[in-house]
Amino acid sequence: MALKQTPLNAAHRAMGAKMVDFGGWDMPVNYGSQIDEHHQVRRDCGMFDVSHMRVVDMRGDGVRTFLRYLLANNVDKLTLRGKALYSSMLLENGGVIDDLIVYFMTEEWFRIVVNAGTADKDIAWMKQQAARHAPQLAIVDHPEFAMIAVQGPNARAKVWQVLPATQAKTEGLQVFQAADCDEYFIARTGYTGEDGFEIMLPAEKAEGLWNALHRNGVPPIGLGARDTLRLEAGMNLYGQDMDETVNPLESGLAWTVDLKSERDFIGKAALLANPPVRKLVGLVLLDRGVLRGHQKVHTTHGEGEITSGSFSPTLEKSIALARVPKAVQIDDTMQVAIRDKMLAAKVVKYPFARNGKGLI
Amino acid sequence: MSNPANLPSNLKFTASHEWVKSEADGTISIGITQHAQELLGDMVFVETPAVGRKVKAKEEVAVVESVKAAADVYAPVSGEVVAANSALDSAPEAINTDPYAAWMFRMRPDNAADVVALMDAAAYQAVVDSEAH
Repeated sequence: MALKQTPLNAAHRAMGAKMVDFGGWDMPVNYGSQIDEHHQVRRDCGMFDVSHMRVVDMRGDGVRTFLRYLLANNVDKLTLRGKALYSSMLLENGGVIDDLIVYFMTEEWFRIVVNAGTADKDIAWMKQQAARHAPQLAIVDHPEFAMIAVQGPNARAKVWQVLPATQAKTEGLQVFQAADCDEYFIARTGYTGEDGFEIMLPAEKAEGLWNALHRNGVPPIGLGARDTLRLEAGMNLYGQDMDETVNPLESGLAWTVDLKSERDFIGKAALLANPPVRKLVGLVLLDRGVLRGHQKVHTTHGEGEITSGSFSPTLEKSIALARVPKAVQIDDTMQVAIRDKMLAAKVVKYPFARNGKGLI
Repeated sequence: MSNPANLPSNLKFTASHEWVKSEADGTISIGITQHAQELLGDMVFVETPAVGRKVKAKEEVAVVESVKAAADVYAPVSGEVVAANSALDSAPEAINTDPYAAWMFRMRPDNAADVVALMDAAAYQAVVDSEAH
């Protein structure tokens, strides 16, 4: 099957990207050194093509009421126009269908951004639920949109240099808030642990913005560095750290699940009926080597598994997220099976690094 | 993509992307090729074998890990490991910057003829080119 391409495919190749099959998309993994790209974002700024992610607009009367039921986090936290909320969307049994960001634009319009690999299944689920609970809603996804993330301490200033007309509407944005600037939907969000914007725009405008940012000193960053940046920032990756077989309370996402309010939501009953017996923890490898997903860990409370692991360029050591028995505590050490060896790792509080600094 | 001109003509190669250099004392030095380091990306960890270990051709002997992935390094021929390059412990990135200088381990081959029979640069280039398709 032919790989899907974003509107920036030719631009990536022109900039020397090494392209890989990323969940059926032909995407840049790096443009040279992944570690240099990682540091570039922590220290200055860089841009990412995230056009493979999908924008879904929900419009109509009662959209808030529907989202209150559809999502595990509570959209009633969204009172300020443009404000965003990170949430998971659950099956009835509590398994995670996807994690997403939902933006409150008006009482008749909420915008949702979902993962690339899950987009079709997400939209089918949303429509299926809406058919039963809110048939008046229009649910329209926008595969024709491009999305460029500009991330790093200097990211916002660079965007304003290139898109000066958007500055008035975006300079007052809080973290996790977006503004609709005509052709550009600009959100102060990201997946790196740095400040910056994610810019949704029509596909035909994408290459122009990409090249203009590049001329203004914003280098392209591949998906390789995106993964180490998000891992250092302690952000989950769908399909690795959680999926339909685990619930958010065992995936480090309890903070995104609102069990306090009276409202019902899909998956709530299952979460209440099944208190978590495992949890997600951060690990730092004490021995030499590299932690990777699916490695087994042995704790004094039983076995667990690494869900995401890599080398942290900021800390210059290997870090991971691991799902382990709930009794495991910060500062515990455990053994990780790596090939034919057992190596020692320590449980740490994560995030591991954010805003240019290591936190471990 | 690797350019044929980049492949040192004094080296031998394997289909699993090791290079092999014959030393004056009859031992061989082994590292990974330019093509292999390009595929793996930034190196962050190298595990070298114990000196004195007897290995068979195509046996896993060392491991290189980049930010992206781990990869086994295989013995090009049968023999005994006689040295390991501990300098790579603290500077694995040397494999990226100068792959044909960054040897990982040395072996004394059981049969010198096994080394002669390995691929030359032209044959290895054909392997690399075929992978590109």
